[in-house]
Amino acid sequence: MIEDLARRGRGDPRAPARLGDPASLSNGQRWGDDDPEGGKSNPWSGNGRGGRRGRPGQPSLEELIRLGRGRFGGRLPGGGARPIWGYALAAFVLLWLLTTSFHQIDPQERGVITRFGRYQGTLGPGVGLTMPAPVDVVTRVNVDQIASFDVPGSGGQNLVLTGDQNIIDLAYSVRWSVRDPELYLFELAQPEDTIREVAESAMREEVSRVTLDEAIGPMRSQIESRVAARMQALLDRYRAGVTIEGVAIKQADPPEAVNDAFKEVSAAQQQAQSFLNNARAYSEQVEASASAAAAAFDKVYDAYRLAPEVTRKRMYYETMEAVLARNDKVIVDTPGSPTVLPLPGLKPRGRAVDGEPPTITVAPAPVTRGGGQ
Amino acid sequence: MTRLLRNPIGWAGLLIVVVLACASTLSIIPETSQALVVRMGKPDRVVNRYRPGQGFGGDGAGLLAHIPLVEQVVVIDKRVRDIDMERQPVLSTDQLRLEVDAFARYRITDPLRMYLAARGDERRVGEALKPILGSALRNELGRRPFAALLTPERDTAMRNIRDALNRIAAQYGAQIVDVRINRAELPDGTPLDSAFERMRSARRQQAMTIRAEGMKQAAILRGQADADASRIYADAFGKDPDFYDFYRSMQSYRAAFAPDGENIGGTTLVLSPNSAYFRNFINKGK
Repeated sequence: MIEDLARRGRGDPRAPARLGDPASLSNGQRWGDDDPEGGKSNPWSGNGRGGRRGRPGQPSLEELIRLGRGRFGGRLPGGGARPIWGYALAAFVLLWLLTTSFHQIDPQERGVITRFGRYQGTLGPGVGLTMPAPVDVVTRVNVDQIASFDVPGSGGQNLVLTGDQNIIDLAYSVRWSVRDPELYLFELAQPEDTIREVAESAMREEVSRVTLDEAIGPMRSQIESRVAARMQALLDRYRAGVTIEGVAIKQADPPEAVNDAFKEVSAAQQQAQSFLNNARAYSEQVEASASAAAAAFDKVYDAYRLAPEVTRKRMYYETMEAVLARNDKVIVDTPGSPTVLPLPGLKPRGRAVDGEPPTITVAPAPVTRGGGQ
Repeated sequence: MTRLLRNPIGWAGLLIVVVLACASTLSIIPETSQALVVRMGKPDRVVNRYRPGQGFGGDGAGLLAHIPLVEQVVVIDKRVRDIDMERQPVLSTDQLRLEVDAFARYRITDPLRMYLAARGDERRVGEALKPILGSALRNELGRRPFAALLTPERDTAMRNIRDALNRIAAQYGAQIVDVRINRAELPDGTPLDSAFERMRSARRQQAMTIRAEGMKQAAILRGQADADASRIYADAFGKDPDFYDFYRSMQSYRAAFAPDGENIGGTTLVLSPNSAYFRNFINKGK
């Protein structure tokens, strides 16, 4: 078979098909038809067969060259072929060198060069020159960009146990950036998954150190910073080459199932507050009226001290005036006279017993006592 | 041959030959990998082996020459890889169930051993370590009360698990970098529900306490206000109790018999002409 191919390739007249003949090339079917073995005698497939037989590539390669020579040599004038090919090749090589040797690294990027897989150096921002592509490969790593992810990833609850065995629904985000591009590229198999897992582990550990109330309220910022520090320590231990820029707790709430009970607590707080407010209003009012009464008394008393007797009398008469002027009066001369008075217009009021009208006697006591002083 | 080289196609062919020759004799070992060269089935040498604290760009990585067909190159990951354990139920000593999920990180430090134990397949190492991680976790956590799993004692537990796992991992030429408990949760269903119920009742109790405390504070405030007021009164009126009695009785009469803004009358006063009010009225007339 190899011999057969070789004969064909050399343009031997005994060959079943003349491969050099453009006519035979234009009709691919004829190769197969003419082959006495019935298999594919296509020179391209011959390449594969030759390789399988232990001498990789040799005969078919030769053939390939001849084929090409026959093909193009036959069509183009002998001298003109080379320069065009040369220029094309030169242009191709130049383009290849230009595109794979020059690297423009943006200010926020670093280009990690590997030469045949081995770390060769890191390109800073600007234009860097390396060996062409298959030799040197430049991997760009963005070191300024701050990446972030959320936990839980897509909605839903993220229940975390707190130190007092309660459960809290927590949502947070972690921001991180690449600090050391080489470590980032070479040290961890799945850097992003690792950061995620470390975040979750650190968060749960920190939350398990505080109580539910602390986690919901006052300790939030402390938890954030502690988680960030813990993550940084763990990732440094893994040599991840990553900086944790920050951890932000977006939500730390009681789980939905117990939310009503928590609302009850805040309602109770409001209620307690309103009790206190009412009591404060009462006390202010009471104290204000006491102060007012005291102040009024003080004023009157100041006046009274200037002229005790006269003031006392004046007040007595003024009061009597006001009282008597506004009420019905009956003056009974004889002390022993009956007090059951069928007086017209007298309406029994209040707790009158047995039809007896209330009898009020103006007590002269204060004045007599005061007068005696 | 000279004619051949004058032709660009000839050059191309030669290039292909060279590339093929290189491809069969040279392998690329990236920084992230270590390689074991196996000569006729017998491990021969290790290239770019992991060494702690090693920098990059050493001699190991890069092109590796080997004899085609005779030597095979087994490329083994050098990076830290992770094993994610399936969620495991763990029973603590106080009979509480927890769903725990953990991860371990390891790296292959001995490619030869790893090749012998797992035929150079990193996944096999992970799969072999996974169940062991699970059982180590259960053993370790099962020895602790529930509350201890939520405390910093967790650190010790994780260290113990790591050490236990490391002994097994060494057989695979791997080293455990770290073991962490990722989540420790109450299982869904009754345990979770009863935890929720406990939280609910605790909150209800808290609400009642807050309300009662509010009432108490309010009562104290009111009492304090009353006390303050009576002190103010006492301070003012104590200056002359006798005058206060008179002053206040006058006010009282006005309030009782002649309230401001009320209509006149309502009370019929039966007066004796001998009363103090009429003292002058009657006596002068005599």
